[in-house]
Amino acid sequence: MEDKEYQEYIHSHAQKSNELLTIVWAFCVGGIICCIGQGITDLYSYLLKDWDEDKIASLTSMTLIFLGGFLTAIGVYDKIGAKAGGGSIVPITGFANSVVSPAMEFNKEGIVLGMMAKMFIIAGPIIVTGTVASVVFGIIYRIIEVAG
Amino acid sequence: MSIFLDYLKVFSIGGLICTIAQILINRTKMSSARILVLFLLIGIFLEGVGLFSYIKDFAGAGITVPITGFGSTLIKGAKEGAKIGLLEAVTYGFRNMASGLTAAIFFGFLFALIFKSHSKKA
Repeated sequence: MEDKEYQEYIHSHAQKSNELLTIVWAFCVGGIICCIGQGITDLYSYLLKDWDEDKIASLTSMTLIFLGGFLTAIGVYDKIGAKAGGGSIVPITGFANSVVSPAMEFNKEGIVLGMMAKMFIIAGPIIVTGTVASVVFGIIYRIIEVAG
Repeated sequence: MSIFLDYLKVFSIGGLICTIAQILINRTKMSSARILVLFLLIGIFLEGVGLFSYIKDFAGAGITVPITGFGSTLIKGAKEGAKIGLLEAVTYGFRNMASGLTAAIFFGFLFALIFKSHSKKA
């Protein structure tokens, strides 16, 4: 009985330290990815002086999506993700991962119904949420614009 | 020194957002799709109430690199379009999403053709 209690204590303790470890990993990896993004933005702003801020931002996310997609393709991103969890999911590179990973996995089920269709198995909800929200907000802003 | 401080802000806010996500994953076992949708909505909300640009001025890529930045550009597009007309109001959000979506779809297609899936090995 005592032994069992001890085991439970060890188990709960290990779980707590595991949880702390995942949080530290998420914080560091997430922070590093954001710093890489800032570095890319700063580099582009320096190189492309006649580009406005929005274009630099677009090019930065496209670059990060390329990097996230490429690291997914060579199998590195999932290894980072196994430790970093939220740190690798929430940045835009995680969005790239959520597209590239199923695209590769379902490629064997055929290009049209496998890869192309199932590419959006995780990213689909994001595209739908984003589109619906932008339509709703667009209508509200238009009403304010016309009425005000 | 100021550059170091700027990157420290980016690191801290970016890390903090990911930490919140990780705590949610640990506590609720949310799937990555739900996490992404939640943080997209947070970005939409922050842009909608006008707080996003303040956080962006402070944290730069710390808030724009996470999916919250995606939500913000969407609503910024809707705001911009609303000044022109109804059609622009409902479509400019998607237009702002175009660069990210194009990159994700194109590279997803390309990499799926070139590389073999690793998921079996793991």
